[in-house]
Amino acid sequence: MSSAISIHAANITKRYGDKTALDDVSFDISKGELFGFIGPDGAGKTTLFRIITSLLKPGSGAMTVEGFDTVKDYIKLRKILGYMPGRFSLYQDLTVEENLRFFAGIFKTTPEANYDLVKDIYSQIEPFKDRKAGKLSGGMKQKLALSCALIHKPEVLVLDEPTTGVDAVSRIEFWEMLSRLRLSGITIVVSTPYMDEASRCDRVALIQSGKIMSIDTPEAIRNNYGQDLWAIKTDDTYRLLGDLRQFKYTRTAFPFGEHIHLSLISKSVKPAEISAYLEAAGHINIHISKIEPSIEDCFMEMMSTESSTREK
Amino acid sequence: MKIIEVENLVKKFGSFVANDHLTFSVDEGEIYGFLGANGAGKTTAMKILCGLSSPTSGKVMVAGYDVYHQTEMIKKRIGYMSQRFSLFEDLTVWENFQFFGGIYGLPAAKIRERTTELLGRLGLGGEKNRILGSLPLGWKQKLAFSVAIIHNPSIVFLDEPTGGVDPITRRQFWEIIYETANQGITVFVTTHYMDEAEYCRRVSIMADGKIVALDTPANLKAKYNAANIEEVFLKIARN
Repeated sequence: MSSAISIHAANITKRYGDKTALDDVSFDISKGELFGFIGPDGAGKTTLFRIITSLLKPGSGAMTVEGFDTVKDYIKLRKILGYMPGRFSLYQDLTVEENLRFFAGIFKTTPEANYDLVKDIYSQIEPFKDRKAGKLSGGMKQKLALSCALIHKPEVLVLDEPTTGVDAVSRIEFWEMLSRLRLSGITIVVSTPYMDEASRCDRVALIQSGKIMSIDTPEAIRNNYGQDLWAIKTDDTYRLLGDLRQFKYTRTAFPFGEHIHLSLISKSVKPAEISAYLEAAGHINIHISKIEPSIEDCFMEMMSTESSTREK
Repeated sequence: MKIIEVENLVKKFGSFVANDHLTFSVDEGEIYGFLGANGAGKTTAMKILCGLSSPTSGKVMVAGYDVYHQTEMIKKRIGYMSQRFSLFEDLTVWENFQFFGGIYGLPAAKIRERTTELLGRLGLGGEKNRILGSLPLGWKQKLAFSVAIIHNPSIVFLDEPTGGVDPITRRQFWEIIYETANQGITVFVTTHYMDEAEYCRRVSIMADGKIVALDTPANLKAKYNAANIEEVFLKIARN
């Protein structure tokens, strides 16, 4: 990577008692990147973000953000960080405007001084500026929290699961805001359990059980899937899943909406053979098409590979 | 047979209309997806169906009981599981089953029998003496679901049961939902994963307190000329 490094993590491990939350995690994030940590609950995302934001010390390993060590230089670091925690943590009994003014004041600035950066987001909730934050809808709370995290013009913005529990429409709007914000040159680090959001990032780290399974651009991760993948549909999806699991050439079979995504043990198996097998099993309206894997396909592939390596 | 019957359900909070003349029914043994944007009124309606809140007006019958006067009967016939309210982390798996079986008033022998049966079905029989808090999240979610059906309810309400769960466990969870529905327990489920809406027999989509669409996933996709339910959802929510 030719561009300058914003966040450098070297061999970060963090244990809570006998539980390992992060296991030897290393990565570099470039300045101006929109970088996603994608993984389920319990993968270690929040622990990692608390280390990035200097709220938690790593058990071992080292991390710098914009050249500041997250342990030694935490006072300087916090001035250039914007952080939106997973839980809504603004003051519920202050109004929208009071919250924004308060967070600007903590950083010795004013909403007016940095209005340009938050305008796109804050203007959507400005009509409700006299409303108490606790009375806002979920989507509006999220916009206010993002405005407050941005109001001191941070160099690095850290967003911990901003779209969890948010409906499909609000999720899309939120990512559109991040894409526009990215143009201002700010480094954005975001975590999410929603695999489909990976495609919105410049690069992603797929994280599971405290380990990074892969770091790359979403395209490269999809290109490295390494198997032919088929989407199969018939009139009875549930029975189809069971039948495909019995098919002698099946490697993996996972439901994806109305389709089953199927990978095979050999690339020489023809779609006609799948089709003949399903016809013999009594399926009707059989549709088989070759597809490109999604990030979710890749994630499951890596999860299966990792657990089978562990068992060996 | 209809296990849930709702006609012109209205729920107001002051001047705010959270549920605006909802009419729908759910068949016995059906998997019914209850979708909608944040703030559309789903939680309000679910609380009424579970007997935790009274409608302002309208007819609501759950498992043959009236939500105005028979909420205690309804509570005995339903199961409930959400991502947030789960099991007790500092009890063992076995103790959690005993506790919730007791809450439902099952006899001790029946609780033991159901616990063994449900743990066996999950392949977690060997884990019964482990402290719940030490188990992976995916296991906890499956156990929470089993506990929600320990008393063999007529219907089980699942409020975002798979939020934040890893993609493999999320799929295993849906297989358990299918098995449960095949045994005759009706499943009423909310989710933000639109691919999961496709696993339901029928789905309704709420917006601004109203049900704006209700049909099988296939019919909804045809009607809205959409490739998947996410597109249907976006088309409805953006109107």
